[in-house]
Amino acid sequence: MSGNNVQKAAERAHYPLFIPFIMAGDPDQETTVDLALKLEEAGAHILELGIPYSDPLADGPLLQRSASRALQSGMSLRRALELIPVMRERGLTIPVIAFTYYNPVLQMGEQHFFDQIKENGGDGALIPDLPYEESRDIHRLAGERGLVNISLAAPTSGNRIEKIAAEAEGFLYCVSSLGVTGTRDNFPPEAYSFIEKVKRNSSVPVAAGFGISNPSQVKSLEGVCDGVIVGSAIMKKVEENLERLQNPEEKSSALDAVKSFVSSLISS
Amino acid sequence: MKTMYPDEKGRYGNFGGKFVPETLMYALEELEEALDEAMQDPAFVDEYHRTLREYAGRPTALTYAERITKHFGGASIYLKREDLLHTGAHKLNNAIGQALLAGRMGKKKIVAETGAGQHGVATATVCAAMGLECKVFMGEEDTRRQELNVFRMELLGAEVVPVTSGSKTLKDATNEAIRYWVANVEDTFYLIGSVVGPHPYPRMVRDFQRIIGDETKEQMAEKTGKLPDAVAACVGGGSNAIGMFHPFLEDDVKLFGAEAAGEGTHTEKHAATINKGTKGVIHGSLTYLIQDENGQIIEPYSISAGLDYPGIGPEHAHLAESGRVTYTGVTDKEALDALTLLTKKEGILPAVETAHALHLAFQQAAEMSKEQTIVICLSGRGDKDVHSIKEFMEREA
Ligand SMILES: Cc1ncc(COP(=O)(O)O)c(C=O)c1O
Repeated sequence: MSGNNVQKAAERAHYPLFIPFIMAGDPDQETTVDLALKLEEAGAHILELGIPYSDPLADGPLLQRSASRALQSGMSLRRALELIPVMRERGLTIPVIAFTYYNPVLQMGEQHFFDQIKENGGDGALIPDLPYEESRDIHRLAGERGLVNISLAAPTSGNRIEKIAAEAEGFLYCVSSLGVTGTRDNFPPEAYSFIEKVKRNSSVPVAAGFGISNPSQVKSLEGVCDGVIVGSAIMKKVEENLERLQNPEEKSSALDAVKSFVSSLISS
Repeated sequence: MKTMYPDEKGRYGNFGGKFVPETLMYALEELEEALDEAMQDPAFVDEYHRTLREYAGRPTALTYAERITKHFGGASIYLKREDLLHTGAHKLNNAIGQALLAGRMGKKKIVAETGAGQHGVATATVCAAMGLECKVFMGEEDTRRQELNVFRMELLGAEVVPVTSGSKTLKDATNEAIRYWVANVEDTFYLIGSVVGPHPYPRMVRDFQRIIGDETKEQMAEKTGKLPDAVAACVGGGSNAIGMFHPFLEDDVKLFGAEAAGEGTHTEKHAATINKGTKGVIHGSLTYLIQDENGQIIEPYSISAGLDYPGIGPEHAHLAESGRVTYTGVTDKEALDALTLLTKKEGILPAVETAHALHLAFQQAAEMSKEQTIVICLSGRGDKDVHSIKEFMEREA
């Protein structure tokens, strides 16, 4: 089962297994590559490369804005995957997972999608609007290429948790709270018992996501699960530094601002 | 056997299904269970029919349109008068069914999306009548185009939330309603307005709208002693059309769906999902949709806000693929000409959505023989559209 790079990286990591999400193309391709490298420098273990979509059902306003900026900059699923070899050339070694809604995958063709991930040096996919009932073929296509398809469990999953955990590969993404992506100051108390339940059922590492934005949240999950996924909080930093990221003179200090935020989460 | 769908995964042939975030899967399973149980319960079915009769005004009339029939000189034209239903459109049939189900499930909060405002008004109406809390998401652009309906919903006690994401129209209002539902799934019922969305929504809405076709079948038998030769309806998401078509699917009756061709299917300004769309996923369902080659959804266009949707119900996608129903694009201009003609000849002002079906049916009727009959689903009345009709005519003049 752990023949894949994602699971190896997840199993090797000490708490917190840290999985950042960045939106490809926000604000431009070059910055996406720079950010990926900074995140690895800061200690990230696995990268989620977000593909912008016109109708992101699971995302809050922050990632919606990020996706529209990225689409505006001309980003697409194909172009995003082509950024992976550029990242690799510049020294990125951690596994990369393409995070995309299902419709762009359907248009590209499921088989071609996984071929493209493989050819470009990616390691797997995460499709948030594809529940496990619909993902049998996707799991198979990923597996045949030594890639992973990441499964999600939600607080409302109830007795679905066991079935979801049984199919999980790489790591299991635990949606910490109801609702869409975005930053939250704290989790509802029942989140911890839910995440613990997922952890008990899972044979792969478990990472919690949705709303994680500060070091104390990361700390509070130690001993509950193996790590965290952080997206909106990072893209919020990007949004705050949009102009500086696009200004050659200020770019490097803007990238360092993102990096030091991420470092503070990891070292919490 | 043809109508033995959807299957247990919610598929209609190659279409349908549940393509939603994991958070919603439990809610969809819970809904499906409650729905199946309610539909088996004679007390629920009776209450639904009693409410339709005593509150909504069913059965609606079937009108023989004598002057229009003479005008075209072909088949006899009949109108199924959903415009006479309380609130002025077929949307109320479905809103009543779903609100009763929500009550039965113990959910007191209702969330809905609306484009033109017709479904929002229908939902706000039943929520007022049943004492439910109602929140309606509506694209900011549409709140401007349909100001009166916004006020109507507010009068009925609903909260109207303008949606500023994406293109600020129906597709985005639907996204926002689903997002809200994801966050509040434990105590909120999502009351969807058409035969779209993830399973079991397309089936549920169809079953709450098929009363249109069931009544039509009976009324035609009374009036003519037989089935109609053809039936026509307009298709936005497809709820009035499937409600009308479904009881006729296995009969020898020709079925015609009119989709909005806006300024023409050769231009980029249309909402002709079946004729110009490609397969993809929108709002949790695999169907035809208007999108670019990268799978990004393109904003459609139609003069009628109710047909201005980039997707189509999955059952229609299936019926188009199987060839059982013929779907044809009708332009803004063709629709408005048909609307004017009906108004002048019969004293019935239809909704601009409905006007698309009128054009298509008139064309068919003209080619049919005098012994034949065609029924048009007159899905709604046009009072809400007077302003945009006037604007269009002034522009054309
Ligand atoms: C009068 C009327 N007809 C038709 C429609 C289109 O919806 P559907 O295709 O679900 O019947 C609408 C939608 O707002 C409407 O108001």
